[in-house]
Amino acid sequence: MSPLDGTSIRSRRSGGIRLDLKLIADMVDPSSRVLDIGCGDGALLDYLVHEKNVDGRGIELSMDGVHTCVSHGLSVIQGDAETDLKDYPSGAFDYVILSQTLQAMRAPRTVLNELVRIGRRAIVSFPNFGYWRIRMALLWMGRMPVTERLGYEWFETPNIHFCTIKDFTSLCDTLDISIDRSVILGRDNRPTRLASADGVANFFGEQGVFMLRRNGMGD
Amino acid sequence: MTASIPLNQPPATAEVEGFVSGRSNQRVTLGVDQPMRLDCGVELSGFTVAYGTYGTLNADKSNAVMVCHALTGDHFVSDYHPVSGKPGWWSMLVGPGRPIDTDRYFVICSNVIGGCMGSIGPAESNPATGRPYGLDFPVITIADMVRAQKLLIDHLGIEKLFCVVGGSMGGMQVLQWAVSYPESVFAALPIATAARHSAQNIAFHEVGRQAIMADPDWCNGDYLNQEKRPHRGLAVARMAAHITYLSEAALHRKFGRNLQNRQTVTYGFDADFQVESYLRHQGITFVDRFDANSYLYITRAMDYFDLAAEHGGVLANAFRHEGGPTPVRFCLTSFSSDWLFPTTESRAVVHALNAVAANVSFVEVATDKGHDAFLLEEPHFHQVVRGFMDGCAEHRGLTNRRAALV
Repeated sequence: MSPLDGTSIRSRRSGGIRLDLKLIADMVDPSSRVLDIGCGDGALLDYLVHEKNVDGRGIELSMDGVHTCVSHGLSVIQGDAETDLKDYPSGAFDYVILSQTLQAMRAPRTVLNELVRIGRRAIVSFPNFGYWRIRMALLWMGRMPVTERLGYEWFETPNIHFCTIKDFTSLCDTLDISIDRSVILGRDNRPTRLASADGVANFFGEQGVFMLRRNGMGD
Repeated sequence: MTASIPLNQPPATAEVEGFVSGRSNQRVTLGVDQPMRLDCGVELSGFTVAYGTYGTLNADKSNAVMVCHALTGDHFVSDYHPVSGKPGWWSMLVGPGRPIDTDRYFVICSNVIGGCMGSIGPAESNPATGRPYGLDFPVITIADMVRAQKLLIDHLGIEKLFCVVGGSMGGMQVLQWAVSYPESVFAALPIATAARHSAQNIAFHEVGRQAIMADPDWCNGDYLNQEKRPHRGLAVARMAAHITYLSEAALHRKFGRNLQNRQTVTYGFDADFQVESYLRHQGITFVDRFDANSYLYITRAMDYFDLAAEHGGVLANAFRHEGGPTPVRFCLTSFSSDWLFPTTESRAVVHALNAVAANVSFVEVATDKGHDAFLLEEPHFHQVVRGFMDGCAEHRGLTNRRAALV
């Protein structure tokens, strides 16, 4: 289950996956090796396996999610990314995907390092806490924001490490991780032309999708 | 148990829909041209293996599924058992339209060597003496069981199994298959199992063996020649083992502290409690279908099982193949209340497979039924098996005969 919503995002084999997942899928080369961390019910993985012919694997924490994935023939293990990633050899995958899960990690910094170790590339997407609606909710209502995409009250949210786009790019700098590509999504998951380094992106972007690699790990 | 097994015949009264029969009790003599060398150094030649097949082998022989049975199982996977008259031990999972679909796959299951349902074992006749082997039978290992199965598929002309599947000791064989013959296995489904037998499990087995050996009718293993049977010892071994197959929650749900056909305790040592009566029944019915020496040999084979030990103590090394990960696709399943082969054991295998970036799925099924869950109606577990098999069939290019017919 995605930490962002409680509903199923499945629409198998129709090609009709959520727009932000499609955007990630478009970044993945066909026939590559992919690890999807926090793969939920497998919507993205299923799309990648069947539409892009990737050798796809997944890790998912919830029993229901894993059960759904494996019952649909996907290679998914029940596990916790924060304890299990260390098992994988370096460079085992072409892409390691962490979609909308970074903010639910106990140690996002460690996880980021593991992503760029295991994968030649990492694709990370997360909700931007600097998004103007969130800022407004805090500024005017004085309450932790509960939006359509972040539908949890503060006391029950699995999202324990929110960050802004600016926070994220700054951490990547610190960890010597370079950003090969980025796409800033505005309202309704619509891609914008904003650059991630742009302060405007940090204000108008509802989420960001980043393709990362360890510095000095070029092709 | 003697060498003669009645030919398999369904009870005349009950014709259960969907059962396949006819080829579930076959015999083959293996190791004729070349003897099979066991781990203990002994060579077996011209030995019998009993096996059953279900479904049809396709033209390119790519749809064969090897089912590996557990400690007290046999090759009657999906057919009436000739001794008990009950449906096969995995008829819920194996059969037409079932998760291991015999309309689609050619299912093979053989009685393990050391067993007592027709394959060579301590109850069979020793050609050197013309009398049952007893303790002269060599100690066998899980790898030896798998060697014999490999000879069987060679005999059947099958180069590569589509899938090897089994639970408990069957799961150990599945792991051994993938490690010994990675080129001959496309997919592996080890269920409720471990890459090594734990100290606790060895301890339980030792209790069972001691119960058998403490029975005077065991006669130092020579009971078949002395017209005796160590039924009491074997029954106690079964009773103790049976507890480990269940869970506290399942026992409580089934029996609680309920009394057996009485209103109050009797202040004696009859089976006052239902759970006692149940265990006694388990013990008594078991001795009718199982050989005590076989029980010693097979439990020993499980005790010796340790995949990592053969690979420098590093389990991941067992799954390396030609400088890369094993080509076998894995799906491991464990059951949340199984304390005999707990989830941690399956997870250790998953971690080792991850360490070589092998293709692996892993599901822990939530249930209170304990280790036995792999033999019982567990819809989630069955869905996982079906999903994994279907997914692998797609990758293997196996057409869905059922879909093709529609």
